[in-house]
Amino acid sequence: MAAALPLVLFVLLLLGPVGRGHAEPPRDSLREELVITPLPSGDVAATFQFRTRWDSELQREEVSHYRLFPKALGQLISKYSLRELHLSFTQGFWRTRYWGPPFLQAPSGAELWVWFQDTVTDVDKSWKELSNVLSGIFCASLNFIDSTNTVTPTASFKPLGLANGTDHNFLRYAVLPREVVCTENLTPWKKLLPCSSKAGLSVLLKADRLFHTSYHSQAVHIRPVCRNARCTSVSWELRQTLSVVFDAFVTGQGKKDWSLFRMFSRTLTEPCPLASESRVYVDITGYNQDNETLEVTPPPTTTYQDVILGARKTYAVYDLLDTAVINNSRNLNLQLKWKSPPESGYVHYQPAQDRLQPHLLEMLIQLPANSATKVSIQFERALLKWTEYTPDPNHGFYVSPSVISALVPSTVAAKPVDWEESPLFKSLYPVSDSSSYFVRLYTEPLLVNLPTPDFSMPYNVICLTCTVVAVCYGSFYNLLTRTFHIEEPSTGGLAKRLANLIRRARGVPPL
Amino acid sequence: MVASSFLRKCLTTLAGLLLLSFGSLAASQIEDQTEQFFRSGHTNNWAVLVCTSRFWFNYRHVANTLSVYRSVKRLGIPDSHIVLMLADDMACNPRNPKPATVFSHKNMELNVYGDDVEVDYRSYEVTVENFLRVLTGRIPPSTPRSKRLLSDDRSNILIYMTGHGGNGFLKFQDSEEITNIELADAFEQMWQKRRYNELLFIIDTCQGASMYERFYSPNIMALASSQVGEDSLSHQPDPAIGVHLMDRYTFYVLEFLEEINPASQTNMNDLFQVCPKSLCVSTPGHRTDLFQRDPKNVLITDFFGSVRKVEITTETIRLQPDLGNMESRYKKEWMDEELMEPLKYAEQLPVAQIIHQDWSGHHRIFGIPGASKHFSVIMIPSNTLTFSEQSPLSWRARPQVEDHCR
Repeated sequence: MAAALPLVLFVLLLLGPVGRGHAEPPRDSLREELVITPLPSGDVAATFQFRTRWDSELQREEVSHYRLFPKALGQLISKYSLRELHLSFTQGFWRTRYWGPPFLQAPSGAELWVWFQDTVTDVDKSWKELSNVLSGIFCASLNFIDSTNTVTPTASFKPLGLANGTDHNFLRYAVLPREVVCTENLTPWKKLLPCSSKAGLSVLLKADRLFHTSYHSQAVHIRPVCRNARCTSVSWELRQTLSVVFDAFVTGQGKKDWSLFRMFSRTLTEPCPLASESRVYVDITGYNQDNETLEVTPPPTTTYQDVILGARKTYAVYDLLDTAVINNSRNLNLQLKWKSPPESGYVHYQPAQDRLQPHLLEMLIQLPANSATKVSIQFERALLKWTEYTPDPNHGFYVSPSVISALVPSTVAAKPVDWEESPLFKSLYPVSDSSSYFVRLYTEPLLVNLPTPDFSMPYNVICLTCTVVAVCYGSFYNLLTRTFHIEEPSTGGLAKRLANLIRRARGVPPL
Repeated sequence: MVASSFLRKCLTTLAGLLLLSFGSLAASQIEDQTEQFFRSGHTNNWAVLVCTSRFWFNYRHVANTLSVYRSVKRLGIPDSHIVLMLADDMACNPRNPKPATVFSHKNMELNVYGDDVEVDYRSYEVTVENFLRVLTGRIPPSTPRSKRLLSDDRSNILIYMTGHGGNGFLKFQDSEEITNIELADAFEQMWQKRRYNELLFIIDTCQGASMYERFYSPNIMALASSQVGEDSLSHQPDPAIGVHLMDRYTFYVLEFLEEINPASQTNMNDLFQVCPKSLCVSTPGHRTDLFQRDPKNVLITDFFGSVRKVEITTETIRLQPDLGNMESRYKKEWMDEELMEPLKYAEQLPVAQIIHQDWSGHHRIFGIPGASKHFSVIMIPSNTLTFSEQSPLSWRARPQVEDHCR
């Protein structure tokens, strides 16, 4: 055994020069990218994409040398004759209403859809075997995919890569909504990356931060793409994407300032040496909106403008392969800060204290022209003590109306008020400025229904309890504390004898 | 003259004696090494770690299994030789205040889930049938490699089980049980198929000793956290997480294993002393009558570690990439391209083609009145919805397809 090892090394050395005669490996390249998007709700979304492009004809030749493209997936493509594979694991739901449109959304749970090549004879058998193999690679329960949850869509899910015919018989789609995503799915996903999690953008992928998010989606997409602009030959493209949305309230403690360290508990130190491109894009479209300015440090050297998802967006670009970006401090910690100009409004809020004082909220707002402003407040209903209820609680409880005091600009300049000369209806409110008039408006009072307890219950309970106590306890008490003895009837006294005499005389039976 | 020859003779005898002593020393060293080498008959190690409980309040069973997983990985068994079965997900459970972590000590001292975990059977896949199939090797042919126990007759296997159990059974996921007779028969199948060299069985449940009562195959050593009629108790709750974090027996076993490194010489007798009644409240038990070697000669690393013999060489080996023929190859490709036609991408939503396509054997041509320019295809692949085959007229009566994504 000990001698076998040097022998093996010797044999390897021998084989080395001989092996060079075979075909050299095709070219492959890696591009990695991170897009950071501050969302309108104060959260921040981060989308990682790692794209490995491999100029090889996997179907035609015997491939034995893998460099950047992972061997596990390459062997899958050739063994099961795949044309396209899309697999995603998601936890959470992308809230389009609060966050805007997503780059790439995936359903909650696990989703797998695959296009097979037209050389496959038994698509269902290949589909079943493929889902079993993928469940082993990604540590997920994809082996539960069978005919009960697989469909063959006929109109949607056209191939995303090159296609010369779309016979939907070669397409299969399945979703497992109960599938959980956790570190055990992230670990094999990270191991497919060329730089694993040692260098480049993938050092930011730490499980304890990535799963403390409102939305987490990781996916693997394999498809054939054009090798060049003329599109005469085919390359294989592997895209690994990971989207997370960090919650401002949970992770950011309510503040809207973000930095890479706060999001991922890591900073970027060096680019992946195997990557030909390694960039970070920060969405600075909201640079000047809502009277807040977004400041990004360190300041970007270049920006990128384009129409994305139907809107014109601007991105700040940080190229990690550019030595100026990282060299200054040996690490890159991007920071986003929202700066608002000095406050021109006023808010005063005094919360309620139970049985002491009510809520008071006062706001000074400037209403924009030709618009509707809506102010809404959420409140909770607390339970009252049973003595605090009014005799008619089913009527409800009133919340006092709100007051709006407004200074409305007037279109026509008014004359200054003379208190003694002008009529009484003009001098209700003292006005100093003739260009606007003062008005105080009230809203309707609010009637709130509280759940009403059944007030007759105490009476019912007392009656029932007393009856039970009287019947049961009383009977036992009697049985236990009273003795019964037979009483001889007494023979009677003088009055009884006299009465019996009179009764005998009348013919009535005696006492 | 005589003195010099006498000196020479002395020197030669001295040299001879020294050589002899060195030789014997060397020989004894080689003997020691070979004896160590052949001390235990195994050449590879496997581990099957099973947590059988579901639901958040059984957090401690998952933490038990993960702490044994962590020790076993630390001592050298690779993920490809570990079959980890967890019946529920605690780390990414919505009730976990620190996602992607499972703690074994309160105040969140030790995260046994780690950053590099690979769970082979999870959630609904942890069933009695799957467990027995893993042990006996009768697995459907499409099972991936990471879910198989590919042991041979020179493998030492560690089997750890935890969950809720009783006298003679262990409960799987609150819906089924495995009995001690089934387990003993499974081990006998493994023995007859030569699937193990030696087997260490550890169980941390209530009345755990009942599970190893029925074993009858050779070379099995078993440990349990409590005797028949006793309950195994949990260790300490964490106020932030809100549940008990570990069971007592496994907590003290983890403490014991943290002291072990791949080169340590601690033997099984020390493991039998872990967690006496004063600490564990229950009485841990063990069974060694089926085991051929003496427990004091069995190292902990024989089962928990995977000690491999490695030889380090100091030679440098150069691997040269071949750049010579690459240029000519790409020139060849460039010339080939001139002859082929350009390929194109598929259209994602070809409306005209979808409307006129042959769907389920009938030609259905339905136009949407007041057609708007925005189309989308809504696919509902749920097996709870059924579309009945009605006349084409009823299709027209359905509501218009609206733009869905706003």
